[in-house]
Order: sequence, then C-alpha cells, then structure tokens
Amino acid sequence: MAEFRMPSLGADMEHGKVVEWLVKPGDYVHKGDLVAAVDTDKTVMDIESFQEGVVAEFLVDIGDTVQVGTPIARITATPAELPPSPPPPTSGAASTHARSPVTPPEPTPAHPVPPPVRHLAHTLGVDVGRISGSGTNGEVTRDDVERAAAASAADAGPARAAATEVPPEPAEGAGRRVRSSPLARRLAAELGVDLPGIAGTGPGGAVTEEDVLAAVPPRGPRAETTAEAPPSAAQPPEPPHEAVEEAPRQKRPTAAGTKAESLRQAVGALMSRSKKEIPHYYLSTTLDLAAAMAWMQAANQQRPVSARLVPSALLLKATALAAKEVPDMNGFFTKGAFHPSSEVHLGVAVALRHGGLVAPALHDADTLSLDDLMVQLRDLVSRARAGRLQRAEMADPTITVTNLGDLGVESVYGVIYPPQVAMVGFGKVLEQPWAHNGMLGIRHAATATLSADHRVSDGLRGGRFLARIDELLQKPEEL
Amino acid sequence: MNQQDARQAVETAIGKVAPDVEPGDLEGGARLRQDLELDSLDFLHVVEVIAESTGVDIPEADYPAVATVDGLVNYLAARG
Repeated sequence: MAEFRMPSLGADMEHGKVVEWLVKPGDYVHKGDLVAAVDTDKTVMDIESFQEGVVAEFLVDIGDTVQVGTPIARITATPAELPPSPPPPTSGAASTHARSPVTPPEPTPAHPVPPPVRHLAHTLGVDVGRISGSGTNGEVTRDDVERAAAASAADAGPARAAATEVPPEPAEGAGRRVRSSPLARRLAAELGVDLPGIAGTGPGGAVTEEDVLAAVPPRGPRAETTAEAPPSAAQPPEPPHEAVEEAPRQKRPTAAGTKAESLRQAVGALMSRSKKEIPHYYLSTTLDLAAAMAWMQAANQQRPVSARLVPSALLLKATALAAKEVPDMNGFFTKGAFHPSSEVHLGVAVALRHGGLVAPALHDADTLSLDDLMVQLRDLVSRARAGRLQRAEMADPTITVTNLGDLGVESVYGVIYPPQVAMVGFGKVLEQPWAHNGMLGIRHAATATLSADHRVSDGLRGGRFLARIDELLQKPEEL
Repeated sequence: MNQQDARQAVETAIGKVAPDVEPGDLEGGARLRQDLELDSLDFLHVVEVIAESTGVDIPEADYPAVATVDGLVNYLAARG
C-alpha cells in the first residue's frame, strides 16, 4: 500500500487544495496517470500518480486544503490488496508508459470485470456490459475491451491516443459525463452555467474555459477600465507595492480576482524570500539580432501560420544551449550548496491573462529543435493560462527566462526564482542604429539581462553566459 | 468580404484567443498588443484562427498593417 501525498509543485508551495478527483476508488492508475486537480496559490494543476495500483480510498475531501506531504489518497498495489493490509512496496512495478499491466489476480468471482479492466473500459468509453468476455468464466479481459474500443474507433477518433492524457471525468453524474478542464468546471459552477449544456471545442469535445465564458449570458456594459488596467504581463516577477487587481473584469468573476490576489501574494512572498536570501548581481548586454531576425523572417515566409516562429523561440533556444555550456547558471542552490543540473529545464515566465504569472518548464529545452520548442512553448502557454499545468512543469525549472519584450519594455531585470540561481530577461526586439565595421546601420537588437546568484557565480562567468547567447544567435540556422 | 464580415471574423478570433477581452474593448483604434495585451504567441494564434476562418493568410511582413483592430478588419475586407 502506498500513500499518495500532496506533492510540492514549486519551491514556494506550502499547501494545496484538492479541487477535483480525476479517478475514483477502484480505478487502476499507472505511474504518470493524472489523479487529481490541485489548486495552489498560483494555479490549478493536475497531479499524477507516482505509483501503479488501485485507488483504495481518498483521505481528503474535495475542497480540503492540506500541507505538502499530507497523504491524500491510498493506492494499493493490486486489487487483491484492497482491504487495508500491509502490501509489498510497489516500486519497480511501474513504467511510465505502462503497457497493459499484468492482469492482477481476480478479487472474487463476484467481480466479473476486474477494476483495471473496468478502468480501461471507462477510459476508452467502452460499455463493459455489452462485451462478451473471452477470459475464464466469460470474464471480460483487457483485450476484449481494447477490441471493442477499436471497433468503435470510427467515432472515437483520437480518443484512444488521448485516453492517457485526458483524465476521466469525475464520477458524479455518470449518465452525463462532460469532458472539461478543472478551471472550466469551476468557472461553470461559479457562474451557474450548466456544463453538460455547453458544446465543447477543446480536445475530444472537452469544454474549455472559453466555452464556459461564451455560454454566460451577457450582462450590462462594464466600466471602461481596460485602458488603465496595467498589462499583467508587464509586471516583473517582483510585485509592485500595490496589488494591481482593480475593478474586476465583468466576465471574470470573483474566482479570478481571488486567484489573482492569492497568486500575487504567493509571488510576493517568494520574491521577498529571494531578495532576502540570494545575493543577486545584474548584467546586461545588447544582442545583435540581425542574423536571427532575417533568418526567422525568411523561414516564416515559407511556412503556414501554424508553423511560424516567434523571436522568443530563438531566444529561448539560445538561452537553453548557453545554460548547458555554462553550468553555473543552471541548477539549484539548496542546503547551503550549489547543485548544477545536467538537464536544462527552461522555466518560461507566462503572464496569466487575469493577472499574475507562473513559470513552468520546457523540459530539456536545449535538445529540442526550434520547431519542437515552438510547439511546446505554445502548448505550455495555453495550458498555463487554462490552469492545466502539470506538477513536474511547475516544480523543476533549472533556470528561468522572463520575456517582456512583447509588451514594450526594453529591458527587464528579473528576480531569481529560488532555489534556482539565475534569471534571464529579454526586452523587446527593436530596430536600432548599430555600428558595424565602421559603418552605421539599422539592425534588429534586444537587451538581454542576467540576474544571477553571487554565491554560485560572478560577473565574469555571467558575462560569458550572456555573450554565449549572443554568439549562438549569430547562427540561427544552427539553433 | 465586406467590412461587416471582416469585423465579425476579427472579433471572433480575438474572442477565442483572449476570452477576457470584452467586445466593448474592440474599438477600431485598439492596438492588439498594447491595448488588448496580446503577446506574440496570442497574436500568432489570432492570425492562425483568421486564416482558418477566412482563408486569408497574413504574411509576417504585413504584421505592421494589422496591429490594430481596424487595421486587421480593413486588411481582411480588402483581401477576403
């Protein structure tokens, strides 16, 4: 038996609130399967199982806020262990992409469909009652379920592939299950919108936050606050003195306002800790982006919109490569010592449209092709804004980039996100007068800044890191 | 495409990418980046949604012409 504990989803997370169970007791979960949606001060995230087994019971209720490390569910290794008894540890039982688990011993003949099979059937949308079993005593097996799913694949479409990604719906209201994101569901509840009545536009017909908002009957005209509303993305990670939440947007009800406030508080607490504990030093340099922009524009001319690149993708890739080469920027300072990371998980500060920001990771960013990086960046940003980030993405960035260039500042000096040791900032890409080979010309350029931890590195090393980013951008075709 | 259809396509696309932007914010002079707070990824997404819905592919070189709501509407009306 294993206790499933509230995981830490970031250095600053102390507690989390279970807002949704994505499984139910009796479900079989593989390592990596999504188990619950957890609301932190920052965002709603899906958390995954670290072990394989059957969900025996929930130890907290929906809406409960518990400390990190608190057991929130019990997962038993096999159905046979469902009654609380001390089972063997489950380590090694799971592989991330678990294939069909070995069919566990059947609990009792009274269960013609073992829970894992039932779970599979549920995931694949197959009604087990309508399958004739081919197992012993007419038992329905995984193969039966998979065959049935394949048979109805015509209308299921991509559901099979998505099955492991898309969490099953909550158990209640079994007759009218609606695929939706936790945020969408919460919004729907708060806005009094009937979720099953909404046509979903997300993957597999999932109801998205946008769908819920679109389904809200329009109310009166709202006050003209937009012009004054400071662009949320222009906030540096360090919060200003006053929270920027003002006149709540009409379609953004209290949920978003409260969320933005708690997010602002969480960011504030972490940043003051950072400023207190980390001896920052700051560097700045101007990147010559003539080659990079010319290459990108030429590349984009040949591409459909969906495959176009944005300058950020090039800047992020160059940063990831430089971080790999200059390990003093990439890793964690914990327990009084620096622990460099051999992988580069590039945190990307993402402004949430309703205020605040999160910085989830692009995993192994140094190894991604520009195209892959672009795809993952778009995916990460859209999921960050939809409140669908996953645990690892929040917990393990090894260095973070904040890119405020889009919103018009020339440079940004970030505050290091502990326990990381460096933060890179990019300002907007501008055409600038530029002296080159004794001639004055106009070139695309941007200011890159580095905030780094003096306990780990100094200006010489930091300067080398920034210079390396510039060098890498001179050969964009090699990024 | 007439102005009306073009405006409709623009409003739909922006509404899809940035659901928190109110219809009332979409005045002709509103700048997509600065006023509506669309970042480069959002902007690319808008261009993509418009290409899907209207068939008008806006090349990157024309981005400066479509930086405002009216700019985008006029661009589509002229080419759609």
